[in-house]
Amino acid sequence: MSETKYTAADYKAGQPRWCPGCGDHAFLNSFHKALAELGVAPHDIAVISGIGCSSRLPYYMNTYGMHTIHGRAAAIATGAKVANPNLTIWQISGDGDGLAIGGNHFIHCIRRNVDINIVLLNNRIYGLTKGQYSPTSARGFVSKSSPYGTVEDPFRPAELCFGARGRFFARCVAVDGGPSVEVLKAAARHKGTSVIEVLQNCVIFNDGTHNMVAKKEDREKNAIYLEHGRPMLFGPNKEFGLMQEGFGLKVVKLGENGVTEQDILVHDAHCEDATLHLKLALMEGPDFPIALGVIRDVEAPTYDESVEAQIADVAAKKKYHNFAELLATNDTWEVK
Amino acid sequence: MADEMIVKELDDVVVRFSGDSGDGMQLAGNMFSNISATVGNDISTFPDYPADIRAPQGTLTGVSGFQVHIGSGKVYTPGDKCDVLVAMNPAALKTQYKYCKPQSVIIIDSDSFTKKDLEKAKFTLENPFSELGIKNEVIEASITTMCKESLKDSGLDAKSIGRTKNMFALGLVCWLFHRDIAVGEKLLREKFAKKPAIADANVKVLYDGYHFGANTHASVSMSYRVPSKEQKEKGKYMDINGNKATAYGLMAAAEKAGLQLYLGSYPITPATDILHELAKHKSLGVKTVQCEDEIAGCSSAVGAAFAGALAVTSTSGPGICLKSEAMNLAVIAELPLVVIDVQRGGPSTGLPTKSEQTDLLQSLYGRNGESPMPVVAATSPTDCFDAAYMACKVALEHMTPVVLLTDAYIANGSAAWRLPQLEQYPAICPPYVTPDMAAGWTPFQRNPENQVRYWAVPGTEGFMHRIGGLEKSNETGAISTEPENHHLMTQLRAEKVERIADSLPALEVEGDSDADLLIVGFGGTYGHLHSAMDTLRAQGRKVALAHLRWINPLPKNTAEVLRKYPKVVVAEQNMGQLAGYLRMKVEGVCLHQFNQVKGQPFVVQELVDAFTKIIEE
Repeated sequence: MSETKYTAADYKAGQPRWCPGCGDHAFLNSFHKALAELGVAPHDIAVISGIGCSSRLPYYMNTYGMHTIHGRAAAIATGAKVANPNLTIWQISGDGDGLAIGGNHFIHCIRRNVDINIVLLNNRIYGLTKGQYSPTSARGFVSKSSPYGTVEDPFRPAELCFGARGRFFARCVAVDGGPSVEVLKAAARHKGTSVIEVLQNCVIFNDGTHNMVAKKEDREKNAIYLEHGRPMLFGPNKEFGLMQEGFGLKVVKLGENGVTEQDILVHDAHCEDATLHLKLALMEGPDFPIALGVIRDVEAPTYDESVEAQIADVAAKKKYHNFAELLATNDTWEVK
Repeated sequence: MADEMIVKELDDVVVRFSGDSGDGMQLAGNMFSNISATVGNDISTFPDYPADIRAPQGTLTGVSGFQVHIGSGKVYTPGDKCDVLVAMNPAALKTQYKYCKPQSVIIIDSDSFTKKDLEKAKFTLENPFSELGIKNEVIEASITTMCKESLKDSGLDAKSIGRTKNMFALGLVCWLFHRDIAVGEKLLREKFAKKPAIADANVKVLYDGYHFGANTHASVSMSYRVPSKEQKEKGKYMDINGNKATAYGLMAAAEKAGLQLYLGSYPITPATDILHELAKHKSLGVKTVQCEDEIAGCSSAVGAAFAGALAVTSTSGPGICLKSEAMNLAVIAELPLVVIDVQRGGPSTGLPTKSEQTDLLQSLYGRNGESPMPVVAATSPTDCFDAAYMACKVALEHMTPVVLLTDAYIANGSAAWRLPQLEQYPAICPPYVTPDMAAGWTPFQRNPENQVRYWAVPGTEGFMHRIGGLEKSNETGAISTEPENHHLMTQLRAEKVERIADSLPALEVEGDSDADLLIVGFGGTYGHLHSAMDTLRAQGRKVALAHLRWINPLPKNTAEVLRKYPKVVVAEQNMGQLAGYLRMKVEGVCLHQFNQVKGQPFVVQELVDAFTKIIEE
């Protein structure tokens, strides 16, 4: 843990009003901690959210904040970052806010690679409107608006992110504090759009949706914590690993069929080619572990920096730099 | 020879250049306008583009027109009908003849009136003039042949030679009006500075056209002069259209306010040229983001405003519907934002290239909840500059979104514009928080004089706060659903907008103080309404004009003005939106209406006829 002059308390404001047991509480604690460890001054941070349970989060931050309108947080954050690149911007969205009504802004923000951090709190349900299926709800999901089950397939956030040429994708479980803090810090350090999918439980309308990874012992069995440069091992005793097989991945047990640690894939989050990152991000139980940690982290020019660079470049070439000089570039005639 | 010809002096003249989309009529028209402006004429121009990008050559839907009105004194409109029509092909003749006066001179390229050309334009008789019943003087010039002959040794390919026809026509028109052809040459040399061969060819053909007129007298009975009688205000002038003037107004305001200009936009006709113009001027630090949709255009501007920029979004037609949600966020968050709506024909996709004033009520009321928003409407192409500047000033100083209404007619139309001196424009002073305010400051703390809240820009130490789309407590800035607070905040937001009227100029009345009829309008119809008033007064009628620029809030003397005259007519290019609004705002006022929604500018004569009828009733 790095030393900064801030503590988690410096970033706290207000009293969260989420339901007792909601995954957002745990995430908020991790977020405060991560910001303290990063040490960016609270007045240089803007937390921008859309609408939904999780989008209430800016009210619990002692930073600049804007709780905006449904789905538009990515567009609003884009404008804020382009206008003021000195700000550190966190966008908070839920799965409905970010991927349904805000899907277009989500993909285009990622495509442009605006240097903001998008936290996608995914509980696979509309909570604030009291329990309708969301774009990440599984096919057949029964909810108030799908009493006979949905007849549509869900989005998988990583697929959208990579489809939009995303350069940073990480995943954590809301109640899994330590790794969440690390993932948030890595996202903040990444230049460009960072997408952090937070698997978050809705205790009222979709309790248990992330049961596979809800408890520590479940995560030991059903999740793999990816770390750049480390072999992809998991299991209570790190006895399982991932290997490439043909176009896909397979789970192997060390010692079985002559498999040794040498055979296990080593995670390369910085690889330009996103093919394996996508494979990892889409792994699901029970056959595969759910990937947690930083899955992809690739450098690329950011939109806001490119905007600034182009302005500097054009300004150096053009001979007019203020309004009077601009006027003088036109064809004029004089009345004497 | 030319000296023996009769030269008639005119106060003003209207020339309409028309031809195929690819015939360069816009350039010819623009150049004629600039050449005339250089000698001190006042100018007003209007391009009439076809809706198709490239309709088949020679067809009726592919005709592109450009009308230029030049005057020895002030001209207010591009003119109802033309004195000279240039028709480069039969399709142009057929579609544009309706803009001719009985005494108009028509210039045609006789080479493009073959049987095939006539068929493309759906003529059934061999003589298109008798088919249309044209009795006007016609100058038939074999423009295509003469251009080919003139440039046969130029080394240019046939296509490039064909493209010079417009300059022949321009040269001929310049002869007809005794215009200084050297000014035309200068403009061409500047335009084609990087292509000297093209410049040479165009200049040669321009002179050919001029000489053709001089040598043959173009078989017309007389030529004309439009002298500059009225001394225009001294200074430098340029020709500017409304969209460019709007963009310039935004840049001027940003510089004056010491802020970065941010434009979030999405391409849409006819507003896109504002984005094009601003995108060019990165050397002034302008940031333009072409967003994924209209919603993002406005939303990103709200984000930019939150972050401390002069934030603007521009649109037209259905785009304004899509922006309404984010505009409302700026209303409740009390952030400065300028929303430009270049009105076009609606509803829905409507008439994308045509002009209307049908978004007034949408701008005023088209959002959920009580959502007061200042609305200002530019009155002419050049007024777009001042209106944009003032929209920015009001947005920034009163912490509110402002709608700037222009329309396709003034956005594309152009006029001579005296270059502004920025130091003569009022200062723009946003109500920033100051360090001494930090103790006990809350986000909705207001200046009691105008109810404006203070602006704490992210990055400022000691003023961290959260705003958003939920109602907030006026006291603490925290979320509040408290009944009294909501009522209070609703009133405060309305009062904040009303107080803007304290700094607005009074509604000016032009014309007769003892008028029998007061004409009331808003926005881009000013020129036509003014011309109608002038015509009526010249006929001995007592008429006045009150033209609104600010519609919300209304100038403080609006009620007084409306009640002063025995008869009042509200003339607008919609079905009565301003009239209805004025009836609501000014109790008991009796208003006549003149409403027209044709996608075209008003026709002065039609206004005169309608107003005469009202006076005589």
